[in-house]
Order: sequence, then C-alpha cells, then structure tokens
Amino acid sequence: MEGKIRQILKDHGRLSIDTTKLAVDSDLYQAGMTSHASVNVMLALEGVFDIEFPDRMLKRSVFESISAILTAISELKTN
Amino acid sequence: MTKSATSSLIEIARSIGQNIAGPAANDVDEKARFPIEALNAIKEQSLLSAYVPQYLGGAGASLRDLSMISEELGRHCGATAMIFAMHQIQVACIVHHALDREYFRNYLSDLVNHQHLIGSVTSELGVGGEMRSSICAVEHDADNFTLVKDSTTSSYGAHADDLLVTARKSYSSTGNDQVLVLVKKGDFTMAQNGNWNPLGMRGTCSAPFKLTSKGNIEQILKVPFSTISSHTMVPVSHFVWAGTWIGTARSAVSKARAFVRGQARANPGTVPPTALRLAEVVPLLQLLRTSSDALLSEYERLISSDPPSEELSSLSYALKLNNLKISGSELIVEIANRALNICGVAGYKNDSKFSLGRVLRDAHAAALMVGNDRILHTNAGMLLVLKDD
Repeated sequence: MEGKIRQILKDHGRLSIDTTKLAVDSDLYQAGMTSHASVNVMLALEGVFDIEFPDRMLKRSVFESISAILTAISELKTN
Repeated sequence: MTKSATSSLIEIARSIGQNIAGPAANDVDEKARFPIEALNAIKEQSLLSAYVPQYLGGAGASLRDLSMISEELGRHCGATAMIFAMHQIQVACIVHHALDREYFRNYLSDLVNHQHLIGSVTSELGVGGEMRSSICAVEHDADNFTLVKDSTTSSYGAHADDLLVTARKSYSSTGNDQVLVLVKKGDFTMAQNGNWNPLGMRGTCSAPFKLTSKGNIEQILKVPFSTISSHTMVPVSHFVWAGTWIGTARSAVSKARAFVRGQARANPGTVPPTALRLAEVVPLLQLLRTSSDALLSEYERLISSDPPSEELSSLSYALKLNNLKISGSELIVEIANRALNICGVAGYKNDSKFSLGRVLRDAHAAALMVGNDRILHTNAGMLLVLKDD
C-alpha cells in the first residue's frame, strides 16, 4: 500500500523531494505539496484504492504525511 | 466587552464615516490619495486597536464588530473602509496566533498606545495572485533577519507604519513553506515601483513596492503561514471585506431609495416605476448581508473552540468562504448597477447628490482582489473530490 502511495505522490504531489526517500511521517506540505496538488493526490488515491474520502476527511491533517494517508485509507477499507 | 461598549465603537465609526470620511471621499478618489483625515480620526478613536484583547488594553471587539465598523466606514468611503479592514486582518493574525509570546503581547499593547497602521505584503512579482506561494525568503542568523520582496500590490504601502510580510521560511524551503514576518517602522524601506491609477478604491494607494527590511527573529511568527492563512487571514479577510462591500452596497441603495422617495413626494398617490426596480434590488442587499452574517457566526464558533476546529482546514470550509467571495463580489456590482439605473442621469452625473460613479468603480474592485477566476478554478478543483455528504 505504501508503495502505491509513494507512486501517487510522485505522479501528482509535485514534491521537491524524491518520494522514495520521504520518511513516513515527513510533512508533505513542507516537501512542496500545494493545496492544488493535494486535491490531485486525493483523486488519485480514490482511483487507485477504490475508496471515497468523505468530506469530513478532506482536510489538511489527513494528507499531511504518508502515515496519515495510510491511516485514512485503512480506516475506509475496514468500513 | 459589554454590548453598549461595542455598539459605541460602531457609532464612532458611523460618525467618522458621516462627518470625516464621507466629505473627503470625492477628493480622495479624484486624487487617488490616502484618506488621511479619516485615518487620523480612526486613530484618535483608537479604532485600529479595536480587536486587541482587553487584557492588553484594546477594546476586545468581536469580528462581527470589525465587520460592522468596516460597513459603517464603507457607506461613506470605500478606500477608508478597505484600509481599516486590511489593517484588522493583520491584527487578527497576531491576536489569533502570536499572543503566546511576550514579544507580540507587548507589540499589541504598544499598538493600543500608538495606533500603528499595519500594512500587508502578501503579493509578489512572479507568483501570480497565489498568496500561498512565495519566491522571496527570510535570511537570518541567530538573532536577526533580512527580507527583500518585490510586491505587486501593497495596500497603502507608503502609509503603513509596520508590515506583515509573507516569505519562504528559508532559502531551502519550498514555495508554500511560508512564514509571516512583522516588519517595523524604521526597519524597512518601501520603494514604489509603479504608478497607482486604478478605476476604483483609489485611496487605498496600493502600488507595487520593493520592500527591503530587517529585524529581530522574534518578529517572525512561529505558527506556519499555512495555518495562519486558513485559520485567520482568509476567513477574517472575507468577513471584513464583506463588511466593506455591504457598506458600498448600502451607499448605492441609500441613494437609490432617496431618489425614489423624492420622485414619490413629487407625485403623491403614484408608485413611480423606479420603486419597482428598488424593490428588486433591496433583496440583493439583504442576501449579501445574511450570507456573510451566517458564515461569520459559524466562523466565530469554529475559531473559539480550544483548539480551533479542524474544520477550518477542510476543503468544505474553504469552499464556503470562496463562495462568499464570488457571490459577494458579484452582488455588489449588480447592486451598484441597478442603483445607477434607478437614479438615472442624476446618478450618472459626477456632481449630483445621487452620484454613483465612485461607488460603482469601487464595487468593481471586489471581484479582482483576489481574481474571481482564480477562486472559481480552486473551487472547481475541490468539487472534483468533495462529496456533499
């Protein structure tokens, strides 16, 4: 799962850092992800993982790091 | 703060609007000059420190009070109202995010005594209208910083005492990893880089400026600008701007109403055709007021919880604020246009008591600061992922 997330961040996150080198709790916004890019990341995550983020999860903290994204996806997949 | 105390702030604003800002407004507009008379009166009445908490010597006014003060000023002079509004946004950023530090508590106490006018330097050459991106960066050592920035528009830049400036946290930071920096009088120069000759809001004197500044690193707010922006700068901007817009709209509608009443008195027993047009425009003003008011109440609830609600950093909340900006900025132009239509030639002339030229020109600024297309584009992106659940 983590590998797919890193790929999505590479394709859509517009980060200034090599996504393979990002720590799981690195701040993605500080790594260069703008709000515009984060929307594309959200869309790609929904597509790849076949999930839908409810509006309550469409906030900054949920997409702050790889581990935050992993938590969110796991939460949605178990429900 | 007691209700009577804050309502007296609004009455003071009303009086300044009527007696000082209003009479000077045409000259301010014609000459594209800073409304010095109104700002002096605002300072004399300590309105610049209205939002500073009482424990620091300020009036402890609410955001709604600030919006209503902006409205009262806006009824008489759009530029005065906007300058007041822009200053309050800067104060709010400090009040909401920096009062855990003695430096800023002292700064605001000082502001109460000296009524410093704080300007905003968020725009920058090369980033388009994107507030959440900077090219310039803070350069600092252990104690001091320097910051150079080429801004495209600095509200009343030549008249501000102090400034709040956005910049990248450091030269190695990404464009959106920004901080907000307080720059103080005496520590900066603002070299005007172009003319100021706009269609409206001419007294705001928001020319392009090149800023060269320095200071102590204490002056850099510790909270990331991303948080300050979504929790405070963006929402507060919308509410105080909405106050100025309502003021501008009221100014237009008041003239239209007076015009229609005049026609009716000339022919008692008839309902002039303009009265129907007035009946059409009045609901638009109400719509503007109620939509702003509802969002303002919601914001006060979200920001007052401890810690502030995470909803403030949500896409759905950003959408709502953007919606207010789009609707409000379109409504005031519509309202001003219809008022002109009602007042006819008397409104079209620049030297009649029903003149609507300045108000109409001022109204057009709202859709451009930030450009509505940029906001619509942002909303469009968010709507690709928002579910409305």
